[in-house]
Amino acid sequence: MRNSWWKILAVGLLLYTIVAGMLMDAPRLPILNETIRALHFHVTMWFGMILLLVVAVVNSVRYLRTQHLAYDDAASEYTNAALLFGVLGIATGMLWAKFTWGDYWSGDPKQNASAIGILMYFAYMVLRNALPDLQQRARIGAIYNIFAFAAFIPLIFVLPRLTDSLHPGNGGNPGFNAYDLDSNLRVVFYPAIIGWTLLGAWMASVRIRMRRVERAVEEKLINQIS
Amino acid sequence: MGKEILVLVAKELKSEWRLKYALNGIILYVVSAVFVTYLSVGAQQGNLNPPTWNALYWVIMLFSALSAVAKSFMGEPKGLHYYYYMTVAPGALILAKMAYNALLTVLLALLGYTVFGLILGNPVQDQGLFLLNLFLGASGLAFALTMVSAIAAKAGSNATLMAILSFPVVLPILLMCIRVSKHAVDGLDFSVSVDKLLTLMALNAIVAATAYILFPYLWRS
Repeated sequence: MRNSWWKILAVGLLLYTIVAGMLMDAPRLPILNETIRALHFHVTMWFGMILLLVVAVVNSVRYLRTQHLAYDDAASEYTNAALLFGVLGIATGMLWAKFTWGDYWSGDPKQNASAIGILMYFAYMVLRNALPDLQQRARIGAIYNIFAFAAFIPLIFVLPRLTDSLHPGNGGNPGFNAYDLDSNLRVVFYPAIIGWTLLGAWMASVRIRMRRVERAVEEKLINQIS
Repeated sequence: MGKEILVLVAKELKSEWRLKYALNGIILYVVSAVFVTYLSVGAQQGNLNPPTWNALYWVIMLFSALSAVAKSFMGEPKGLHYYYYMTVAPGALILAKMAYNALLTVLLALLGYTVFGLILGNPVQDQGLFLLNLFLGASGLAFALTMVSAIAAKAGSNATLMAILSFPVVLPILLMCIRVSKHAVDGLDFSVSVDKLLTLMALNAIVAATAYILFPYLWRS
């Protein structure tokens, strides 16, 4: 119980996000209308993804320093969870774009950049699977993860701001807070970020434990044979 | 450190010069790629519109740089890697490789530009900006690709792996230089491109610094 308070918190926050996000008063705005509720399910995905990626990179750095496989498990599983969030973020974003900008894909710099970012992390997964040896996979995976992260951050945060974008807060568009004058959305938005991120961390931690068990079972089998 | 880098770059140049087939091969690659593009778009001199010209040029440069730089680690025999491992500092090795590959890629880009301009016409209005951007872009591509080549070499010298690992990583640099080069083609004022050039330089610096920090860990295995 003492260790699972954050899981209960995650469930609570997400229940709150879904109920309040769907039912509470949202600002009435032209074009956006009720789709503004997607804020709690689209933008939060990106926040969650970036937070999880930061955790993954920190774990990669720790792996390179200590060579403990536990850190490598964490790095790859947090990246997996982040990838899931990224794919969901693109999917929800495309739906939202269809009803506000008119097309599923309108070549917006942020759309393109996030698609490239996801390709980067799919490449990371392919690289890991191409290496059979555990230690080597962990080391080279960690190196590519850090290298990709260094390219990913300017891709997401710097480049879209240099061009015109349909997204709020870029290329002279007002930021999102211009739409949220009475802070009604914020009441749901910030808890939603925490809730989704905790859910991602939860998924990752379950998968990390599964990996550890798998490795232990494997070692046991090997020891029996020899 | 400085001396080590100079010796290593000189060694790369010498071995490239002795094994002329690799250099000639990559030059032929650039020229044929340009020619294939010319034939497939079916364009007459100068009737390709400038944005397309620009995009085609950079796509060809990306692929040429990829195949030129890929062999910097992947083509080398394992024994040579052990020799390097015993004799030089890993930091000096990666810096030397990056410097040499940047030189090679800039030369290839210049060659590509000349051939492209001859065959498909040259719509560039601001030559100075275009060449400056070409220098920055080509060296940025070379830095990123050198590191990816080192990673791919450790993962069994797989050419597919090299491509999928490098494309997403070089894309920020490539997008940046396509944008600046578009400005040069349109002849916009230099002040429009200054912040983009600075961003491009910052990207190059980030990639080079990360490679320099990470390479010793990669080299250890």
